[in-house]
Amino acid sequence: MLLRADHLEKCFGETEVLNDISIEVHEGEVVAIIGPSGSGKSTLLRCLTQLEKVDQGYIEICGKKMVETIDDKAVYGDSHILHDIILDVGLVFQNFNLFPHISVKRNIVDPQVKVLKLSQKAATDKALELLDKVNLIDKADAYPGELSGGQQQRIAIARALALNPRILFFDEPTSALDPELTGEILKVIRELAKEHMTMVIVTHEMAFARDVADRVIFMDEGVVVEEGTPDEVFGNAENQRTKEFLQRYYDN
Amino acid sequence: MGIPLDLLIPNMLSASSTTLKIFFYTIILSIPLGFVVALLRGSRFKIISVPIQIYQLIFRGTPLMLQLFFFMYGPFYIFGFSFKRSVACILAFVINYAAYFGEIFRGGIGAIPKGQYEAAKVLGYTKFQTFMRIILPQVVKHVIPATGNELMTLVKDTSLAQVIAVEELYDVATSAGSKYFSTVPIIVAALFYLIMNTIVEVSFKVIEKKLDYYKI
Repeated sequence: MLLRADHLEKCFGETEVLNDISIEVHEGEVVAIIGPSGSGKSTLLRCLTQLEKVDQGYIEICGKKMVETIDDKAVYGDSHILHDIILDVGLVFQNFNLFPHISVKRNIVDPQVKVLKLSQKAATDKALELLDKVNLIDKADAYPGELSGGQQQRIAIARALALNPRILFFDEPTSALDPELTGEILKVIRELAKEHMTMVIVTHEMAFARDVADRVIFMDEGVVVEEGTPDEVFGNAENQRTKEFLQRYYDN
Repeated sequence: MGIPLDLLIPNMLSASSTTLKIFFYTIILSIPLGFVVALLRGSRFKIISVPIQIYQLIFRGTPLMLQLFFFMYGPFYIFGFSFKRSVACILAFVINYAAYFGEIFRGGIGAIPKGQYEAAKVLGYTKFQTFMRIILPQVVKHVIPATGNELMTLVKDTSLAQVIAVEELYDVATSAGSKYFSTVPIIVAALFYLIMNTIVEVSFKVIEKKLDYYKI
């Protein structure tokens, strides 16, 4: 098992955003997390990638313990463990977050050189290989601001892959894109799934989730309402809230 | 009485060198200090950020002229010693300008989207790497116009050094003006300041252009 999270609790002030969430992710698995806005999907992802801290719960990634709960309080591991865990995961953001002041190539090379301490040559080779993979080799010397949203997101995926993450998280990777650009992102994710990349994808693209995921988790109001194979969740939802959500989606 | 321009111009040129010294010392010391001020001001610990705010309020809220007097004569009354005239002058300028630069840089740092920090963190950059490699280069682009503005003000503010009898351009010009009962020295001084500021303006336009290779 690559990721185990048990009984996660997270509040923003008075609002409970995560309420006793437990999930597991196995090697090579693609997990889609769906649910209405404000259901806590993104917060869950942000807690798993250390961008937010949980109030309570247990998280273990690649056998390394990120946080545990002692006397009702979340206790995080030391900075070395947390850094090691960060190297095991990658995150693709909704709004890309490429570094605008350096070229596309350097966006992918710099983290490899500075974080993984690879040589400039090895990092550049890897960057070009990944740019080729996302079909943007001709944009290597462009700056992120010169690219379309879809192109920027493909660069962001290449940047995350450059550090060889064992789990790749996607936080609504197509929500900031025009409908005609979402296809190119979904295609890249599909290819990664074929290569058995372990991925956790928060998405509003139901057809895509159904198609690409091995397992689907439906969240609402901070709890996991339903979990199962795509066919179980989309075809034969048991819970009323899931049914209503999917109905609203189909109606639109 | 005619004005001996052949005497006046060399005098003013040498006084300009004092002006330039104040200018460059202030830049070299107050810009890094301004960054420190901006970072401390943004600290989540009130015990750090509040004193910094008070310092900025005092030095931006009182005339630089009074601050020059204070650094020249204050230490003697409080501690029983005095700075050298030139040191008191540079101290006042540096501490005053660092307060302004602190605000400019704080704005620049605040303009960088949170997502840049988050992306760097998830990629495994340390906090120091994030600041030096990701944040700072973008802050520079944001603060160039305001910094250029501030440096033009600084060129003109150097004329205040005469209140503690530092012999700079304005001082020489006004004494020559009253000696020869003429406005010519004042006009020449104005030209000198204008030339210096033209150089500042042009340099900053060049830097802005250089940083125009990417959009934010």
